[in-house]
Amino acid sequence: MYPEDLKYSKEHEWVRLNGNIAEVGVTVFAQESLGDVVFVDLPAEGTEIEQFSKFGEIESVKAVSDLFSPVGGKIVEVNSSATDSPEVVNEEPYGTGWLIKIELSDTAQLDTLMDAATYQATLE
Amino acid sequence: MTITTSAGDIDRRLLMDRSVAGRKAFTLPESDVPAQKLPDSSFLRDDVELPEVSQLEVIRYFSVLSQLNFSIDTNFYPLGSCTMKYNPKINDELANLPGLADIHPLQPDETVQGAIRLLKNLQDDLGEITGLVGVSLAPLAGAQGEYAGLLVARAYHESQNDSARTVAIVPDSAHGTNPASAAMAGLEVVTVRSDDQGNVDVENLRELANESTAVFMLTIPSTLGLFEPNILEINKIVHDAGGLVYADGANLNALLGLVKLGDLGVDICHSNLHKTFSTPHGGGGPGSGPVMVTDELAKFLPKPVAMKTDAGYVMATPEMSIGAINGFHGSFSIAARAYAYIKTLGLEGLQSVSENAIISANYIQAKLRDKYNIAADRYCMHETVLSATKQKKRGVAGLDIAKRLLDFGIHAPTMYFPMIIDEALMVEPTESESKETLDHFIAVMRQIDDEIDSSPELILEAPHDLPVTRLDEATAARKPVLRWTAESNFLSS
Amino acid sequence: MASFATSGGNTSTNHPYIPSTDLDRQEMLGVIGVDSLDGLLGDIPIEHRHPRLNLDAGLAEQELSTLFRSIAAENASSSSGYISFLGAGSYSHYIPSTVRSILQRGEFVTAYTPYQPEAAQGTLQVGFEFQTVICQLTGMEVANAGMYDGPTAFAEACLMASRVTKRTRIGVLSSADSRLPDTLLAYSKHQGNEIIVITPDATEIPDDLACIGIQSPNFFGEIEDVERLTKLAHDNGALSVVHVNPVALGMFKAPGEFDVDIVTAEGQPLGVPMAFGGPYVGLFACKKAHIRQMPGRIIGRTTDTKGRTGYALTLQTREQHIRRQRATSNICTSTQLIGLMVTVYAATLGKQGIKDLANLCYQKAHYAASEIGNLNGFSVNPISPGGTFFHEFVVKCPGSPSKINASLLNKKIIGGLDISDRYENGMLVCVTETSSKDDIDKFVKALSEIGASA
Repeated sequence: MYPEDLKYSKEHEWVRLNGNIAEVGVTVFAQESLGDVVFVDLPAEGTEIEQFSKFGEIESVKAVSDLFSPVGGKIVEVNSSATDSPEVVNEEPYGTGWLIKIELSDTAQLDTLMDAATYQATLE
Repeated sequence: MTITTSAGDIDRRLLMDRSVAGRKAFTLPESDVPAQKLPDSSFLRDDVELPEVSQLEVIRYFSVLSQLNFSIDTNFYPLGSCTMKYNPKINDELANLPGLADIHPLQPDETVQGAIRLLKNLQDDLGEITGLVGVSLAPLAGAQGEYAGLLVARAYHESQNDSARTVAIVPDSAHGTNPASAAMAGLEVVTVRSDDQGNVDVENLRELANESTAVFMLTIPSTLGLFEPNILEINKIVHDAGGLVYADGANLNALLGLVKLGDLGVDICHSNLHKTFSTPHGGGGPGSGPVMVTDELAKFLPKPVAMKTDAGYVMATPEMSIGAINGFHGSFSIAARAYAYIKTLGLEGLQSVSENAIISANYIQAKLRDKYNIAADRYCMHETVLSATKQKKRGVAGLDIAKRLLDFGIHAPTMYFPMIIDEALMVEPTESESKETLDHFIAVMRQIDDEIDSSPELILEAPHDLPVTRLDEATAARKPVLRWTAESNFLSS
Repeated sequence: MASFATSGGNTSTNHPYIPSTDLDRQEMLGVIGVDSLDGLLGDIPIEHRHPRLNLDAGLAEQELSTLFRSIAAENASSSSGYISFLGAGSYSHYIPSTVRSILQRGEFVTAYTPYQPEAAQGTLQVGFEFQTVICQLTGMEVANAGMYDGPTAFAEACLMASRVTKRTRIGVLSSADSRLPDTLLAYSKHQGNEIIVITPDATEIPDDLACIGIQSPNFFGEIEDVERLTKLAHDNGALSVVHVNPVALGMFKAPGEFDVDIVTAEGQPLGVPMAFGGPYVGLFACKKAHIRQMPGRIIGRTTDTKGRTGYALTLQTREQHIRRQRATSNICTSTQLIGLMVTVYAATLGKQGIKDLANLCYQKAHYAASEIGNLNGFSVNPISPGGTFFHEFVVKCPGSPSKINASLLNKKIIGGLDISDRYENGMLVCVTETSSKDDIDKFVKALSEIGASA
């Protein structure tokens, strides 16, 4: 449910680190709470964002949630599959349902995030 | 070729699917004036693609569609905060009288004295009922009345050179239009908590009310169907901080003749004529949302306001009016219906409305409390909020119960509102329903609770017997199809 | 006066609209566990409970009917022998029997907003048809299920343009009905927008406008150059918002043909009574690309668990009940039943009827304009001579239009709107298919007599 190789924010986003690039998405808990995701509003490539700031919105049939970035930096890639076929966020939230990739400004920010066990504990 | 039928087959083809070239449903007269020169062809369009069907096809098509609806005329409709009471037919008939339906809004006042007099009398009656004598019937719905009320509040503060007041305090239990209207009025929305009794947390309000407070928006009774026991103190806190109290009057059906909002310290309120005053919902409007204010604030009301002068009745603009919020005078034929309703019920009748609405809601609450949690553990007013948390633990959500009710020909109560109550089902029977109808509803709700254990799939897959089962709303949002096109014409199952 | 049975206590009336009898109430109060209603009112401050309301006693239906007929009799209308040439945003058109007939169906009239789609397929499918009709008339890709009225639709369209372009300054053509910018002002004054007036012949506009708001036919009845103005808007990064007359669209090119971004209109001319100003319906259509910023309800087609076609409200996350203070609009209850009237009307007139209707209005208005233009002291269309108009035109009168209208009233004629605040001695005259040649000739003759003595 909560892969151990990822880091988690309290706003229910996850981070997968590949060198200097952080891949970001929403957790299983988030997509379950939302229900069927129908729309994802993501920023343009090249946008600079700060850690924990809002980078977009995710909508289900009956709810809207803000997306907060667990890390800061420059957005280098945006997942067009998520925008074209939002159901991938429900189907594979840690895989093809990723949302953005960020070139980290400060890798130390990852230390401020939770590991899988800690995040899971917050859900109980 | 064999034509087969199965129960529940309904022809869902659209008008354009049924259209056949050359058919028509109507003839207009020939022109009786000499032929006039047409504009250059560069101005003119090709034919509009509208349906070509016979007149019987028009009547049959819409008549069949009407039979797919639940309505007050055909079903019990306990939608909380919507006040689905009987819509008297005489009101529809009278509002459509020649001389009322066919007058133009810009006719000189002297040619529409009857219409303006009707509006003035309705203003006076609403002022009497709410205790807020400054009334404008201009707003076209509750949300617009709300917005107008907030503009009045801002105009008042500006006239007091108090333009730093830019905050609207709104309870966490508020209807969505409250913060939406506040945002449109340029006000920052600050939320005040409800306590565990569903009342406004008075201490939290005391902390929040200050020199930035423009207005405190309160639904009375609340969205939990409860009357604020601390209403006088709440209003005093807001006034002491220099703010105004705005009452969302959506639930006015609980208060007619029982208390006047103005007496409680409310400065501004709106009412929904399509709720409390019996005008039809129409499937989503038209409504009418008159805004009522204290005498002191009346000069800020949106135009126009009906007034009586020595020269007769006029549609006038208050001296410091916030201006026009829409095109003309508001929903006149809706106002006419509401006026007819007030005249029909009269003093005693209106009081009786609220008294019976309150008794009926408490009866349902009393008869269901052993099976369903009640959101607040005390007597309610005209509506009761059930919380289906026990049922959720057993595998059935409020939504499922709502859908199952449809199978019994009962429209679902309001679901998931207010947001502070889990699995909320807001039930408002109104005074229009007989005790037998209430007993039937109670029996069905009790049966559904039993079904959770005996046959939960009946509930989880409900409704079963309607023109459609649960619809795929996710696909409807992901891949919107919002009109007929020749390519996406009728999809047979 | 109607009389009510009383038997003590405070809830004793038996009214046709209130079925509970004393016995019913007694039983219910017993179950609830209180002696009387007052036991349930404990939270209402006692000093304010049961105020004395100064309201009349209730009327029996027959008395109510008499009252309303006397109110109606005080108003002048075609049913009391008046002929009228008023337009300016509300129009006299013949309403077919089909519209009134379908309006008798309580299943449409007394239904709620279709939040439970399984119980509202009638309302929803009609709304889908309505959206289709609006798209067909305007040539636009998508439409919503209706706004309050034309001016609020226009206001919301300009605010939408502001959200889409992220610009706050809104341009409005000076030739528009003042109701449009007035309503826009009411909706925008606290949202940081500024309204900039643009003249119809402008060849340049500021490069920071969210939109150019255009009314065509304009307030004076004339067709604006929507194509040119749309290009001007687009060249400056602004959207084109065009407010139309839906009956004119039976004849004149649809705005969708000119790459317009948002189209609004007053839907009242399509089968809705004038009714002293309301209720009406605002039409709202736009390009598909902007759909998430469109206010109001939108109905979409989908399927149920058995694969059958059905309709439901969709894209609800734009709306106030979900997005609250970040909603595209605060609109909740709108005008669904008026939308039904428009839909039945459009289905009844059909492809040929809308064309015939537009033609009739055009023919009669142009006949009237030409006859009035031939009168001494009167001239027509002084603002843009040689322009193209549909069914409204400006008459320059030899004297005060208000005085002329007062004289006309003596002859049971309601003249055009006095617009001398916008054009000296100007009267805005509207002629629709409801005016016969005799009516027009009577009007012209009266003007001639009054003009001669002016």
